[in-house]
Amino acid sequence: MTACSSDTRRLAPDDSDHRVARLAAVALVLALVDAGLPSPLPGVKPGLANIVTLIALYRYGLGAAVWVSGLRIVGAGLLFGSLMTPGFLLSLAGGLASLAGLAAAHRLPARGFGPVTASLVAAFCHIGGQLALARLILIPSDGILYFVPAFALAALVTGTVNGVLAAKLLEPDHETD
Amino acid sequence: MRALLRPGDWLTLALLAAATALLAVSLWGDGHARTVRIKQHGRLFAEASLLHDRVVAVPGPLGVTEVEIAAGRARIRRDPSPRQYCVRQGWLDRAGQVAICLPNATSIELSGGERAYDSLQF
Repeated sequence: MTACSSDTRRLAPDDSDHRVARLAAVALVLALVDAGLPSPLPGVKPGLANIVTLIALYRYGLGAAVWVSGLRIVGAGLLFGSLMTPGFLLSLAGGLASLAGLAAAHRLPARGFGPVTASLVAAFCHIGGQLALARLILIPSDGILYFVPAFALAALVTGTVNGVLAAKLLEPDHETD
Repeated sequence: MRALLRPGDWLTLALLAAATALLAVSLWGDGHARTVRIKQHGRLFAEASLLHDRVVAVPGPLGVTEVEIAAGRARIRRDPSPRQYCVRQGWLDRAGQVAICLPNATSIELSGGERAYDSLQF
């Protein structure tokens, strides 16, 4: 069977596809900014792209957050040429862990818990996932535990800052689309 | 308009801050060594405090191994061993860490504080 040009099928992207693509694009830019910032310890980054994931989560639900996060991780891997390298795998492990954390945090009652909680949980899950993977395959030694408090402190700070920024951007009078 | 930080957010923040502090205390707290035990041919040659900077010369079958103590750490500064493994190990600062110069039958082991393991067998 041969395919000719008249056989092309069009997949019509709907509104939610456009939304996800837009948010993922913003997340990619923020990931680039992130990578450009100097870091005191390898792996400690502000994680600005997570603000976009949070906005996707609160505006459009978990599915959109998963898409935006996944597209950002793979897209950043392609842009940095780090696809399938240890750094990319660490990023993937952290991303998956923090999505799991977000899914859990999103179920908390919205009256008491806002984006800051989600952001903090995601940040801690992120370092947790990364450290677990690093301990398992990259640095099979308990020496890595020595760095855990530093990473936890970084997660505390960046999680709070990103959460507050996301909360600010999620205020009704903001157009973040 | 809702507050940026809701009550539960403060709770989460406080809990995670406490967890971070706990991690720091448990993982960074008591690991630092206080003394170094220098062994020569299986026998204790000297036990020195890490608080006083000094260099200990330990004579062995191949020559003199120099152990340097400075700023709460210890290292093998010089050793006649051919491959220099113990020298390249660099500074030791946590209890239970060891550097062994096998050809010259000399070793240093840090102690005091909380030891990560009871014994090492080679």
